Formats: sequence, C-alpha cells, structure tokens
Amino acid sequence: MGVESGAIPVKAGRMGSLVSKARAWYSGVPLLGWLLGVLVAVALEHILGRRVARALGMSKEPVLFGFVTMLRDPALLPSAVLYVLLIYLLPIAAVARLTAQLTNRLAATLLSLSSGVSSAVHLGLIYGALHLWSDLSDYRLLLVRLTLIAIMVTLSLNLVNGYMGEFSCSHPGFMALGAYTASVFTVILFVDDRVFGAPLLALPPLLGQFVFPIALILGGVVAALGALLVAVPSFRTRGDYLAIVSLAFMFIVKSLIENLEIVGGPRGLQGQPDWANLPTVFLWAVACIWIINNFVRSTLGKALNAVRDGEMAANAMTVDTRRTKMVAFLFAAFWAGVAGGLFAHVLRYVNPGTFDLKKLAEVLAMVYLGGLNSVMGSIVGAVGFNLLSEALRPLQIIKWMIIPVLLILVMIFRPTGLIAFREFDVQELIRPKGEPQQH
Amino acid sequence: MPSLQVEGMTHYFGGLRAVHGYDLRVEPGQIRGLIGPNGAGKTTIFNLVTGRYTPTEGRITLEGEEITGLEPHKIASKGLGRTYQNLRLWRHMTVLEHVKLARYSKIGYGLVGAFFGTSRRHREEAEIEERANTLLELVGARHFADQVVTSLPYGAQRRVELARALATEPKILLLDEPTAGMNLEELVQMMDIVRRIHDELGLAIFLIEHRMKIVMELCDVIQTLVFGQVIAEGTPNEIQRNPAVIDAYLGKDVVT
Repeated sequence: MGVESGAIPVKAGRMGSLVSKARAWYSGVPLLGWLLGVLVAVALEHILGRRVARALGMSKEPVLFGFVTMLRDPALLPSAVLYVLLIYLLPIAAVARLTAQLTNRLAATLLSLSSGVSSAVHLGLIYGALHLWSDLSDYRLLLVRLTLIAIMVTLSLNLVNGYMGEFSCSHPGFMALGAYTASVFTVILFVDDRVFGAPLLALPPLLGQFVFPIALILGGVVAALGALLVAVPSFRTRGDYLAIVSLAFMFIVKSLIENLEIVGGPRGLQGQPDWANLPTVFLWAVACIWIINNFVRSTLGKALNAVRDGEMAANAMTVDTRRTKMVAFLFAAFWAGVAGGLFAHVLRYVNPGTFDLKKLAEVLAMVYLGGLNSVMGSIVGAVGFNLLSEALRPLQIIKWMIIPVLLILVMIFRPTGLIAFREFDVQELIRPKGEPQQH
Repeated sequence: MPSLQVEGMTHYFGGLRAVHGYDLRVEPGQIRGLIGPNGAGKTTIFNLVTGRYTPTEGRITLEGEEITGLEPHKIASKGLGRTYQNLRLWRHMTVLEHVKLARYSKIGYGLVGAFFGTSRRHREEAEIEERANTLLELVGARHFADQVVTSLPYGAQRRVELARALATEPKILLLDEPTAGMNLEELVQMMDIVRRIHDELGLAIFLIEHRMKIVMELCDVIQTLVFGQVIAEGTPNEIQRNPAVIDAYLGKDVVT
C-alpha cells in the first residue's frame, strides 16, 4: 500500500497540481451555487440543446449525457463529449464559480432565516433541475422517477443491512406487497377494470392525488405486516437466520402472487391511474430520506449501530434490542412497500416476475456500492447504479459483465462501499462555504 | 435495605455446576470485591446478576425489588450498571455516542420524535448530550468525545466503558476487572476514578479484580470464590490472613 501511494503522485504530478488548484478554486462554492449552475445548464439545454446537437451532427439532444449516443455509434463520440462539455460542464463550472459570492451570501441569509427554509430552497432548485431535465424526453422522466424510487428502496435496505448489520433478502418481497396492495386499492376504487369492474368511487382525477398517499401508506403497512412474519422467528437469535427466512419470504410472496388469479397471476396487473408523476415521486423520496435520516441520527436510531457492533453490551446498557430490531425491520419494510406502490404506478403495470432474485441482486448492489451505514451512500449508490445501468444499456449482454466487475473492484478497494459510515448532515451541506463564512 | 442482595443462587451449564449456593449483600455505598482463581465463576456471577443468564436456583433483589429472570435491559434500566472484562465497546461509534446511547431507556420522545425531529427530541437530545459530557469529564475522556472508540488508547477505552455504565444511572456498579491489561499509569488513574465516582455519586460498587493491591485498597468487604463456592468473606485484612484463601488463591509468598 505504502509503495503504491508513493508512486502515484510522481506519475500524476502535473495532473495532481491542476486538480488541487481547481479544487481550491472551487472550494468556496456552496451547494446553492452548484445547484444554480445545474439549473442554468439544464435550462440552457432546453433552449439551445436541439440546435447544438444538430450543429454537432446528432439528430437530437443526447439523452443520457452522451453515453448512450457514443456507445450506439462510436463515430459520434467527439460530438457527444463536446455536447456534454458545452451544455453541462462549462455552464455549471462558470455559473458556480462566478456566482459564488452571491450564492454564499444567499446561503447565509437563508440559513439565518431557518434551516428549514434553506433546505426547502435547495430542494426546490433540485426539483427544478430534475423537472427541466426530464421534460425533454419521456425516457428521462421515467429514469428520474425510477431512480428516486431506487433511492428509497436502497436507503430502507441499508437500514437493516448497514445500520443494523443484519442481512435481509426480502426487500423485493416487501416491494411486491406494497406494489400490489396500492395497485389493487387504486384500481378497485378508481379505474374501470376488466377484473374488478366499474370503479367504486368515480372520483375526479384531481382528487386522486389526495387519495394516492393513502394507497401508498396502505401498501407500506401491508409490507410491514409481512415483515412481522419474517421478524418474529428470525430475531430470536442473531446470525444467518434472517438471511434464510427473508429469502424464503421473497419467494413465497412471488409465488403467492403468481397463483392469485384475482390480481392477474403471472400476467400481472395493469391500468393503475397515472398519479405517480415527478412531483409526487420526488416528495415521497424526500420524505423517505428526511425521516430515515432523522431516525438514524437520533439516539433511538443509534441503538441499531449498537445492536450491530455488540448486541449483548447494548442490552446491558438498557437498550431493548429485540424491540429495536423489530422496529427497524418493520420501518424498512414500510418504506420498501411505499416504494413498491410508487413503482407500480410509475410503470402503470406490475407483475410478480419483477420482484425476483434479479431485483434483489440489484438492490443489494446499490446498497453495497453506495456504502453501508450511510444515507448519502445509499443516494449515491442508487443514482450511480441506475445511471450506469442505463448508460451501458447499448452494450446489451456485455453490460452484465462490466457492472459485476465494477462491483468487485469497489469491494476490493472500498469493502464497505463508496461513502460508508458517514453522517448525512443537512446543516453542513447547505451552509455557505469559503470567505463569506468568516465574517 | 441492601442495594443488591443475592440469596442461594445456583447455576448449572448443562451438567456443570458453575455457581453453588451463592449469597451476597451489598449495602448502599459499599465497595465489595470478588476474587478467586481463573474459572472460579466470578464473571458467571456477574452475568447471572445482570440477567444475561437466568439462575437455576436463587433470588436476586435490587433495592428490595426482585429482578431474577428479567431481561438484561430491564435489569440495567432498574439501576444495575456493568463493565466487561474484555471491553465490549461498539467499534463504529464515537465516544459521545456510546455514553448517549446508555440513556436509551430514559428517552421519552419515542419513535415519532425520532422520525420527525420534534422540538421535544431536540431538547432531550441536548440534555442527554450535556449529561454525557459531564460523565466523560468525570472519567477524563471529554477530549475524546468525537473520536471513534477503536482509535483510543486502551486505558481510555476502559474509562469510556465506565462512563457508559454510569450513564445508565446505576444504583450499583459491577466492574469486571477494571484494571485488566493496564499499565501502571493507567492503573493509578483508574483507581482514582473509581474512588471519585464512589465519593461523588455515592454508588455501591461490586468488582472483580485480580490485582490484590487494588482489591485490598479499595474494598470494604471481599469474597473469595473457588469452584463456584464462596470459601471466605471478610475485610481485606481477614482475607489476607485466611489460610483457605492463601492455599487456594493468594499463595504463600504474598503474605510472608
């Protein structure tokens, strides 16, 4: 290790100094500045994207930062890179740096109002950027919504596998329970369906937005009840029991749904109302992150870490370890269920085949790629995995050789994941950076 | 009323009788010692009293209230704190988090507070943190507060474990070899701290220790355990002169 770290700076000497110069140059940019930059870049793409793309010889804007374009047609590689540089990188870099003073002052003002207001403004900017970006193609819209849902699933599994240090495999099962419960609820009540007949409540579509949360929460609650079935036998002792019982549970749920003709059996269930639009999914994802982050940073939530690192000592320090494990497991299942409900309504179709071993592998990969015991890690893991998986899609079968190799590399060089064991401190994230902070 | 009382406690591991007919009476504010050769059952007695094992026979009361067979976390929250012979700290958690977590049973904000970050939670967390910092001050580990425990020197880890046990607000503290593996400097520091918590918090203390000097200096009454049975009980002076103890544990050289 020592030899390697000594060799790298020599080789990357010039690059290194350039990078550190850039880092110093940009260290004074607060999150607000970056978000503003992203928003400007995305707005720029809205206005100029098509024209720039045509000028560079592409038929339309590259859909995913040029990756898909260049993998489909390697001759377009320079154009794709140039497009990303012109539309995204340069504007973001310029805006972030040039407005640094302004955004720092703004960040300080917002924070002095209250951290809630400041968080809301940041979230607004993030939403604005996502909205504009996904406005340009349906593919992007779908990708953004599925990625937000993946964040929820990853984070909730991290609660059990990372924070609590158990190994649970039943998350696809919980998602399936949530997806089907929410779907049956909305389809029976609001949709003229082949199987379930005329809607029980023919509510105007606008009202649906208010009923949708009930459907999702119901899905979450059913998933949590399912989790109770897993938790009662497996939390008597520690060890591999949970892994085995939860894996069995996942298969039971899948075959149960496959054999339930009333919800379409293996053919699946379709016709869910189109309520899982971007703002809805975004709000649920934010709520999920916020609540889970609150939980894991409280002393009650830290009990999970104590159970993981030494259950006996935790018990001797007044921690009700059994209750702690139950609560965390049910809570995680609840969010998986909510995510499942959203998932079904984004695709407006759900079939049991979705929630199989492949889904489990995906979720586990996102958790372990991003990092155990870390909210930020789960966000990075879910976003990174989804983008990578989509970007490499043109490679078809080779994609499934590249992704596992990347995962193995992560496991070798960062065994606990990219951003593991880090607290997600919103206050720290949104504070002004650099010079204006001093006075 | 005694702080801790054990009557006729016997425990079997399968066919092996680990503890036999054990009696104990710790008065409030008393420092009690338990000595004996390796494998005599000293730590088993701690594990029985703290609820990790349920005794086959016998009755344990804490300030008059029976605690036999209760779960460890219930016994701990009723006022029985302990440390371990081989430190059982949580390796990914900071020093401050350790001490804060030991207040678990006193947290009143519940899951709603934990999920939604209510103002009650912020107030309680601030109180817990203040209290934890006071305890860290007491054991001289305040400056380590934000460090992960595994990065601390051994002696400091022991002191953190002590602060964590104190945070449960014990009425009686069980210390399992508090100076095991310490160098002389750490040892002197630890004795100081044990004396200080005894004087300032007025706690009853029940400790297992192999270093005779410490047991003799700290304890009011000492029990000697051999093969799960108490063979002698008395003041340090009496124990040092007891021929059965010398034969079984101390060895002849110590006294001469």
